[in-house]
Amino acid sequence: MNPSWIWLTIALPFAGFLVNGVLALAKPDAKRVVSLVGPGVLLAAFAVAASIFAGLWTHPPEEPIVLPLWAWIGAGALRVNFSLQVDQLSAVMLMVVTGVGSLIHIFSVGYMREDPGYARFFAYLNLFVAFMLILILGSSLPVLFVGWEGVGLCSYLLIGFWYQEKANADAGKKAFIVNRIGDFGVLIAMFLIFWTIGSLEFTDIVKHAPSAYAAGGTLITVITMFLFLGCAGKSAQIPLYVWLPDAMAGPTPVSALIHAATMVTAGVYLVARTSILFSMAPVSSMVVAGVGATTALFAASIGLRQYDIKKVLAYSTVSQLGYMFLGVGSAAYSAGVFHLVTHAFFKALLFLGSGSVIHAMHHAYHATHSHEDAQDMRNMGGLSKYLPATYWLMLLATFAIAGVPPFSGFFSKDEILSAAFGRGAEHPVFYVFWAFGVAAALMTAFYMMRLMAMTFWGENRTGTVEQEHLHEAPAIMTGPLVILGVLSVIGGVLNLPEFVGGLSHQGLEKWLEPVLAPAAKQMPVHMPHGSTETILIVAASLTAIAGLVAGWKATLAKPITVAKAAHEEVGFARVLFNKYYIDEIYQSLIVRPLVAISRLFLWKFVDQGVIDGLGVNGSGGLARALGWLGGRLQSGQLGLYVIVFVAGAVWLLHAVIR
Amino acid sequence: MLLGPSLVLSAILFSIGVVGVMIRRNAIVLFMCVELMLNAVNLSFVALSTAHGFGGQVMVFFVMTVAAAEAAVGLAIILAIFRHTKSVDLKNINLLQG
Repeated sequence: MNPSWIWLTIALPFAGFLVNGVLALAKPDAKRVVSLVGPGVLLAAFAVAASIFAGLWTHPPEEPIVLPLWAWIGAGALRVNFSLQVDQLSAVMLMVVTGVGSLIHIFSVGYMREDPGYARFFAYLNLFVAFMLILILGSSLPVLFVGWEGVGLCSYLLIGFWYQEKANADAGKKAFIVNRIGDFGVLIAMFLIFWTIGSLEFTDIVKHAPSAYAAGGTLITVITMFLFLGCAGKSAQIPLYVWLPDAMAGPTPVSALIHAATMVTAGVYLVARTSILFSMAPVSSMVVAGVGATTALFAASIGLRQYDIKKVLAYSTVSQLGYMFLGVGSAAYSAGVFHLVTHAFFKALLFLGSGSVIHAMHHAYHATHSHEDAQDMRNMGGLSKYLPATYWLMLLATFAIAGVPPFSGFFSKDEILSAAFGRGAEHPVFYVFWAFGVAAALMTAFYMMRLMAMTFWGENRTGTVEQEHLHEAPAIMTGPLVILGVLSVIGGVLNLPEFVGGLSHQGLEKWLEPVLAPAAKQMPVHMPHGSTETILIVAASLTAIAGLVAGWKATLAKPITVAKAAHEEVGFARVLFNKYYIDEIYQSLIVRPLVAISRLFLWKFVDQGVIDGLGVNGSGGLARALGWLGGRLQSGQLGLYVIVFVAGAVWLLHAVIR
Repeated sequence: MLLGPSLVLSAILFSIGVVGVMIRRNAIVLFMCVELMLNAVNLSFVALSTAHGFGGQVMVFFVMTVAAAEAAVGLAIILAIFRHTKSVDLKNINLLQG
């Protein structure tokens, strides 16, 4: 199909949003129609995307194809068209979003079937996909920003989907507010780019950036740091990662689609999209890599001691996003995008698998009217007997995320670590980042195996009565899992490294080359070769396997007590269990002072004192006082008037005659 | 030749009128003082017309006309006030006090 039909991929989910939204308001019981429309529009969008992708595959464009839809903003020198850009990078993202999105929509039909807000759920989900596609297809920063804000809105709506519980609504607000901090960065970066280049189109930025900025200069560093602030907010990096674990309050398909596979990778996408800027700012790239590596390690360590199955996966997502930033920070933009794609496969699978587990647990507890936590892994155990399909598929995903060869995660993670190691020759600090990455990989393997062991192996701890009600999810839920399982296993073929057949110059890297070449010219990547490469790969594989074995042995070494009988954690485990008390620290260092300043200074002093007191009441009082003074003159005594009049007349005469 | 004394007389009459308006409270007396001022001005017009042509004398007729009209309206108002308050003392007429 001709790329000019690309707008259909946005219009279809948006139409789905309209239909489902109307149904949600007018006829919430029309679940059959919603089940058809919700996933249907996504599958149609995927079909359109796939046929456009096929066209690009046979005739790869040298230059990005920009398709203007309408003139949007015209103010002074600023001319922004609402236009879409199709190139190799947006095509890859397009396939991931519509493909994984379709699978998650189909899964949701089964998962959300009994929810009263079924139509509303699909309306939000469709709207999210429409905005996500605007984000990745926008040809300029403002259009991207529309999608950027739109997905933030949908994220907020879906985190607080079960808004009857205050905790969920609070989690939604937290995500929204933390993201505002990042958006501020994107806006400032946008202003600076417009100020220096005079255009916000990506094609113009790529064309003019090398001449407009001095490589390594202050200006380009400031711009990229502000851009990265936005990426850190959207993609949950230190210090703005705190919203993502809380975002698990939303339904599990939402966690899979928005908070694992697509929206949170928007930051990585933005860095790759503006790679020309980051490649000209070595300091910023180093910060990106450093923050990524630190986040990867930090979040993985928290994941070691969580008991909520979704929280483990949430910290795992934060950690894996850190890997992607380590990749793009090491100027290996294609490696970052590669990990983005494979992560979308295996993390969506893990989340949907956990959804399947929670679904079963929830049904079991619901049937017996128990109030136990259906997401606490201490209440699970031995589920492989009851959910065999989910178990095997999640095991595959675990191998993929741990980086066991030849699963998909192995190739993408290995490429990122190699790139970081290779950059170490130039800046030794990258060796530290590489070490962080390896340590995080070890922890990743450990906590994933711990998750599997606690959930699927050992004795069942759900309860003797409840066991009867544990059952495998219906085919509409396991079907998408199977497809994601296949993708998780074979996803590595997208970009096989040289040592497995020298295909690296035909894979994703080659495909993305037209988009990333300008950046590669500024900051070339030096992948290690020969024996160094072999040692790195063997070390990474051994790390993964060691982590898996350790996680398996350590978890099943002693019996696990159910959640309600569990002892308090002690020592460092307690710090990890409480997530390093980061939320508490933010609460006392930022939120409380901010609230206090707002209450005492902004509200009591500025608003009530200055604005209400001086401004509003003050001007009224001034007019009254002047009126009172004027009123004193108006005594009603004619004689006084005459005296004043005569005095004035005499004074005037005196002035005239003199 | 009588210009100087005439103007002095005019000034004296005008001043009496002004002081009267300022210090008297009776509306009728006040009214008479206003008339006094008008006629003091008339006197200076006539006196000056010997030196500056007839324009001043013509102006005197206008002033007398206006004074007559003013007397008619003014006396009517005073009459109305008297009917209302049974007094022509301006001290009691201060409805516009601020």
